[in-house]
Amino acid sequence: MANDKALGVDGDLLVILRHGPHGTSWLREGLDAALVAAAFGRRVTLLFMGEGVTALVPGQKSGPLGQKGTSPTLEMLEMYDIDTLLVETEALALFGLRADGLMLSAREVEAAELDELASTHSLVLTF
Amino acid sequence: MMRYAILLMGAPYSSQAAHSALRFARAVAERGHRLEGVFFYHDGVHNAARLAAPPQDEPHLVDGWTALAADHGVPLQICIAAALRRGLLDEREAARHGKQGYSVAPPFELTGLGQLVDLGLRCDRLVTFGP
Repeated sequence: MANDKALGVDGDLLVILRHGPHGTSWLREGLDAALVAAAFGRRVTLLFMGEGVTALVPGQKSGPLGQKGTSPTLEMLEMYDIDTLLVETEALALFGLRADGLMLSAREVEAAELDELASTHSLVLTF
Repeated sequence: MMRYAILLMGAPYSSQAAHSALRFARAVAERGHRLEGVFFYHDGVHNAARLAAPPQDEPHLVDGWTALAADHGVPLQICIAAALRRGLLDEREAARHGKQGYSVAPPFELTGLGQLVDLGLRCDRLVTFGP
């Protein structure tokens, strides 16, 4: 196949985030797993898929919902050496977002490239 | 022989996740594979509630996990951060937080997320069960 291993992204752990930053704790608990893995020296890739892309919308506050929100955690990713951030192209379109308008720099991938990502990481966790 | 681990993120009785995870765990162990551990995260931590008292005509999940640990020596590890905020404390944590009573007892053990990562990377397969 011409496109085999086209992304060139690999690592120990691929964390797939499929939930938005508010409403449930999925995103926060997924990010916690990523941070802990990075703190233990593992190479972590984050993939924001589906509703998960809304986590990267800039200007979020914790607000009155009683949930801390994930924006401050996302801002810490660089400190943990988590610098491979991927966003699903289809989800960006679905939510009317653009990769260059997100709070962090992230590279676009298509859902069809997921199998490659799964094969180039030792462990995949989905939240 | 393969080395398996299970990640359970569904609350007991709320979804099929916990029932399926327990049945899968039994199947893995009984077919001669090695189940290196079960990690409870997100709402899955509620599976460790030692005070669970389901009706007698339903499977008793806490007893099921306890029997699995006894029969096959499988470690049952709970994310401590996810557990504490949901009111799941072992005797030591209950004392540390000044709480009367405790809700988690051996063979369940409170541990950190680092154990999940370690478990996942060490095994041939990490199988996730969630709602």
